[in-house]
Amino acid sequence: MRQEEFELRYNPQWNEFEKQIQLAKGSWRKRKQHSLTLNGFADNYRLLCYCLSLARERQYSPQLIQRLQALVFSGHQTFYQKRSGLFHRIYQFILVGFPRAVREQSKFVWTATLIFYLPALTVFFITLLFPELVYSVIDPDSVARIESMYDPSLNHIGRERQSDTDFMMFGFYIKNNIGIAFQSFAGGILATLGTLFFLIYNGVFFGAIDAHIINIGYQQTFYAFVAGHSSYELTGIVLSGAAGLQLGWAVIAPGNFTRKQALVNAGRSAMSLVYGAIVLLIVAAFVEAFWSSSSSITPSVKYWVGLAGWLFIILYLTLAGRRV
Amino acid sequence: MLDTTREVEVPEGITLELPIAGYVSRALAFIIDLFARGAIIYIFYWLIMIFGDFGAGIIMLIIFFVEWFYPVLFEVLWHGQTPGKRAMELVVVNDDGTPIDWSSSIIRNLLRFADFLPALWGFGAISMLLNRDFKRLGDMTAGTLVIHKQQTIVPGKRDRVDGLAPKESLTLDEQSAIIAYADRLNRMSDARNRELAGILSPWLDQSKLKANSESAVTQLSRIAKWLRGHG
Repeated sequence: MRQEEFELRYNPQWNEFEKQIQLAKGSWRKRKQHSLTLNGFADNYRLLCYCLSLARERQYSPQLIQRLQALVFSGHQTFYQKRSGLFHRIYQFILVGFPRAVREQSKFVWTATLIFYLPALTVFFITLLFPELVYSVIDPDSVARIESMYDPSLNHIGRERQSDTDFMMFGFYIKNNIGIAFQSFAGGILATLGTLFFLIYNGVFFGAIDAHIINIGYQQTFYAFVAGHSSYELTGIVLSGAAGLQLGWAVIAPGNFTRKQALVNAGRSAMSLVYGAIVLLIVAAFVEAFWSSSSSITPSVKYWVGLAGWLFIILYLTLAGRRV
Repeated sequence: MLDTTREVEVPEGITLELPIAGYVSRALAFIIDLFARGAIIYIFYWLIMIFGDFGAGIIMLIIFFVEWFYPVLFEVLWHGQTPGKRAMELVVVNDDGTPIDWSSSIIRNLLRFADFLPALWGFGAISMLLNRDFKRLGDMTAGTLVIHKQQTIVPGKRDRVDGLAPKESLTLDEQSAIIAYADRLNRMSDARNRELAGILSPWLDQSKLKANSESAVTQLSRIAKWLRGHG
């Protein structure tokens, strides 16, 4: 068949298919109005694929082939898109997916836990013994600023608060903490080096500050402040680190896959930990901004809430989603 | 063929050709997006600073979202294109040519941080040089490709000429070369058209060429017409 006859014969179907793609890409409201014209989409798509291979085989002009190819590409994109059902998936993830993912990746989660808490505890005890060591870990200006935040002689704890400052701090914690979690995950692709840096650096920082606060006797205000959100924040940091380690480990030891494929697999499964870490860090930012800083709640209540938080996190990650 | 086209076989038994995008267009798209992001933050900054500290909190949330999720939202909801990519006619797709989904887009955009290291997109640039699909680290982990959006070429008006049978029989390659030439006439300059037709002029009808009654360009488009099926 000559090219012009071929075009003449199939053009109506191609044009119809082109309109159907426009319709499928448009809003669902539009689609509702013309629901009939999407009938036969699959048939038209198959016909189009058939025409494209014929046109290639018969070496019709590049223009025609390219037109068909562009049509097939849009058809492919429309036909094979993934369904989302976003809210149901988020609900399922929090109830089942996330705690399961943490248990599946327990190897990386425990490693990240060790890499974070071991330097923290070591620096904590050393700084208790040698108080001046805090200045070799954190610069004096920052130490002075942190001291002033937890000074018991002042009425506020954390940072100075006006009524709507809480929300400002919420924004700050989200931007800062989740940003760091993302960086510590992404840094993992460099054979885990980036993740190791963020975990150890943050561990050492927290250990040194903690010991310094005890050395200068501010522990009452400090622990009352951090108790509430510590469980969510520290777990969030560790889990994003675990996700980074998983990514890096795929580069170091890809097993039976090519490095590229191992990386894709690791990325898919590590994302569960990252999403979970995001949820935990959002909760942490919320608690930190609106609960921890409130000075009308007595420290003992805050300690109990903090303890309950840790208990909840541990039970949630170990027990949730075992039966469905 | 030495080409930056990636072939993907689809379930319908044919191959899709995905033209991979290179440094320059991707960098330009990135710069456009950079300005767009800056503009979004700037506009919100002036709108919201009226509200004092509460506004400052919202600003930080907006900076956070724009920084990390601006490309994700656009790529997923706007058929694989951010404004910069749309301007450069690029699309992000999964390796198998299907449209990008939430998790792939989030992975590739979170890993932009690693691509940026150690400075000024160092690792990303090296990674793009080292594999044939121009993937940065984020693309490798997410399994995504950045490709040129395929345009349908609008065929120019074909000349209303009669078909002309070539003097000798032509191979398939020769036939398709002549048809391709005739289809592209409208997109090239007249000088270029004449130059290309000139290569074949010894093979064309000399008497008409000498008498200037029919140029080489016209003769070739007539032959193309005949080859397409209009005797």
